[in-house]
Amino acid sequence: MEKSMTEGFFLRHTERGDNMPDDLNWAIGGEAGDGIDSTGKIFAQALSRAGRHVYTSKDFASRIRGGYTAYKVRTSVDRVESVVDRLDVLIALTQRTIDENMDELRDGSVIIYDGERTTMQDVEVPDNMIGLDVPLKSLAEDAGGAIMRNVVALGVACEVANFSIENLDSALEKRFKDKGQAIVENNCEAARLGQEYAAEHFDHEYGFDLDTTDEDYVLLNGDEAIGMGAIAAGCRFYSGYPITPATDVMEYLTGRIDEYGGKVIQAEDELAAINLALGAARAGARAMTATSGPGIDLMTETFGLVATSETPLVICDVMRAGPSTGMPTKQEQGDLEMLLYGGHGEVDRFVVAPTTVSECFWKTVEAFNLAEKYQMPVFLVSDLSLAVTEQTFPPETFDMDEVEIERGKVVAEEEVESWLDEQGRFQPHFPTADGVSPRAFPGTEGGAHMTTGLEHDALGRRTEDTEVRVEQVEKRKHEGPMREALEFLAEDGLDVRFISVPYISPRPDLSEEIAAAETTIVVECNAKGQFADVLEHDVLERVERVNKYNGVRFEADELASEIRDAVDTQEVPQ
Amino acid sequence: MSSDIRFTDFKSDKQPTWCPGCGDFGTMNGMMKALAETGNDPDCTFIVAGIGCSGKIGTYMHSYALHGVHGRALPVGIGVKLANPDLEVMVAGGDGDGYSIGAGHFVHAVRRNVDMSYVVMDNRIYGLTKGQASPTSREDFETSTSPEGTTMPPVNPLALALASGATFIAQTFSSDSQRHTEVVKEAIEHDGFGLVNVYSPCVTFNDVDTYDYFRDTIVDLGETDHDPTDKAAAREKIVDGETEYTGIIYQDENSTPWEQREGLDGNMADIPDGAPEDAMDLVREFY
Repeated sequence: MEKSMTEGFFLRHTERGDNMPDDLNWAIGGEAGDGIDSTGKIFAQALSRAGRHVYTSKDFASRIRGGYTAYKVRTSVDRVESVVDRLDVLIALTQRTIDENMDELRDGSVIIYDGERTTMQDVEVPDNMIGLDVPLKSLAEDAGGAIMRNVVALGVACEVANFSIENLDSALEKRFKDKGQAIVENNCEAARLGQEYAAEHFDHEYGFDLDTTDEDYVLLNGDEAIGMGAIAAGCRFYSGYPITPATDVMEYLTGRIDEYGGKVIQAEDELAAINLALGAARAGARAMTATSGPGIDLMTETFGLVATSETPLVICDVMRAGPSTGMPTKQEQGDLEMLLYGGHGEVDRFVVAPTTVSECFWKTVEAFNLAEKYQMPVFLVSDLSLAVTEQTFPPETFDMDEVEIERGKVVAEEEVESWLDEQGRFQPHFPTADGVSPRAFPGTEGGAHMTTGLEHDALGRRTEDTEVRVEQVEKRKHEGPMREALEFLAEDGLDVRFISVPYISPRPDLSEEIAAAETTIVVECNAKGQFADVLEHDVLERVERVNKYNGVRFEADELASEIRDAVDTQEVPQ
Repeated sequence: MSSDIRFTDFKSDKQPTWCPGCGDFGTMNGMMKALAETGNDPDCTFIVAGIGCSGKIGTYMHSYALHGVHGRALPVGIGVKLANPDLEVMVAGGDGDGYSIGAGHFVHAVRRNVDMSYVVMDNRIYGLTKGQASPTSREDFETSTSPEGTTMPPVNPLALALASGATFIAQTFSSDSQRHTEVVKEAIEHDGFGLVNVYSPCVTFNDVDTYDYFRDTIVDLGETDHDPTDKAAAREKIVDGETEYTGIIYQDENSTPWEQREGLDGNMADIPDGAPEDAMDLVREFY
């Protein structure tokens, strides 16, 4: 396998200090409750609106104690698809923010802080870096209130980065317009005071120059992309129970899905959430629930019923570090085995795992089509990193005209007759040649039928008849449709040096690619290498593994080095 | 809906496998009659059942139906109703399904007050698993898993409903076919969540809460001057704990179903062939 990658982890920066003047790595950090996310988002939005690409990450990592949080932004006029472990400009609201990021700061990095803050009076900025002591709180008070001190810091950052302050205005307008024009103006003023203070009091050569372009970008995260994909795909019913890091899907849909005749239901627990969605799907709605590992555990109870009743349902798992409550705000991809094998009995299922924010949108659309076309449950698998990453895209990335909706074998009233048995009874589990049965929505005349989690016959009624059992099991294997699905899935990204495998079940046969590669390395955010196990089982060949399970996502340069090591290890014995 | 629907239209050709004499026969017949007499059509009716003897009901009735997993029938019913409010949704369960494994959902289904009915076949015993204590079993009731009695007070489902903000609370006796049917009809016609707890005796495993016991002790509130809209009077009857009351115990006449409060009236199954026309607005929001 070649060392460079085309997607996901884009290894453009491999050397520390390889500082392209137009590439800026910026962060704001402080304690939870300091408004870190909101401030970071404003800066990211300003960059995006100025026609720059942005890739953000949120850092909850703590080497000391809980409470620290940071919002990091990587920006360039070129496309950026990862974070790097290098910081150029840091707004530090606490001493700890500097300590936490010391490894990422380098010669010439700029640290913006408020030396008037009692906890920041003894800040020591290393000699090789530039410390800018700015009275953020006092300047914010001059603009109308201490609460705007982070915005003052954004003004300082604009001066440092040589990024026109006007670019901030529209982002501030977007963020604060609901609070009234006066608040918007105060914030714009706060930013200006920060910028002017920096221009008047410091005389450093920072070496940054943030060009702007005329490009229009949109800025969104993986959870929002999943929510938007659901609406685009015709999902009208969402039920869920709040859980980090899947809650953003629910919050995105709340209010928005209503505009399209849909509804978000906050359930009393995940057991209810999946059963509500199941009910809506039985009524004919495109329905979805989203959760994280602990919720998937509960939903597993009903998963078999969804499958055996052949109900189309999209179940989204935004993975976080487990097991049990684990580390709710940390990254891990440890649910794969659960998703592939969870639930008693044997159940075929789709497991579709988008690997980028834009894929979160398109794979969600596809998940609904797969679910209805094959009348099967689909696990749509994302993770914390995707959920909290905000990334810029040209709006046409989400071209709604490209959205296709395939509802499968929905039976119209005039077609009901052809699916009745000799006694005139509708057969919801009729064993068709392709394994997919007719589906009559409630309200369809003559289509009344039941179904059950018990093994059932074509009528959906309980049976223990051995021949019928075998017939229904064979039917649910969906072999024909699965093979067909694979054919169109196989076109996806297989012929490149970096293989991203969003289709995990059913998954493409990678034997040829693995045979052709000198070394195959499977990169996963878990300890065991669950996908590596699956691949080895598939191709009967050993693969190299790069695993990370400390709760923090891979950074591009770190990954590059790991891959280099893995390749070297392989090459030694030869 | 056609006007010539008869209750037998709600009957499937499958013969029930309940024990002869089981209260569930009468409970189900009343449900079918009530559905037909309130002008419902099997093709526009959705029955949800959980697990237990009561769970078999979807098989013996003719309508759209789902026989789900244990304890989760209510969320399924709510999902069906919200996705298509034109459907008549009736959920059937037992005391184990509704008040033990599904107790959490019961409280929240009552709170949400979606326009549907919930008929619970309460026989105060686990019948399908052959005779263990249920949440409504008496404290001194001896079973294979409670040889010294349950040593816990039974759940009072009506009190639980009242405390959860119920808008319709009723109780019936399966062998009083006429009253049972009348009350289930009222539950169907009620604008909101209609709870009917049915004394539905188990002739095989419960020799305490028998037909004779209920016949001798029941007080039908329909034959008294009880005013179901008087919440204080209803509370008194519900927490009484001594008398087996039947009839409509409480009804909030001003109840508005949740889906109406939320403005849901369309069929969510109806969607366009592609993304909604103005879907690019969703993308532009992210500028």
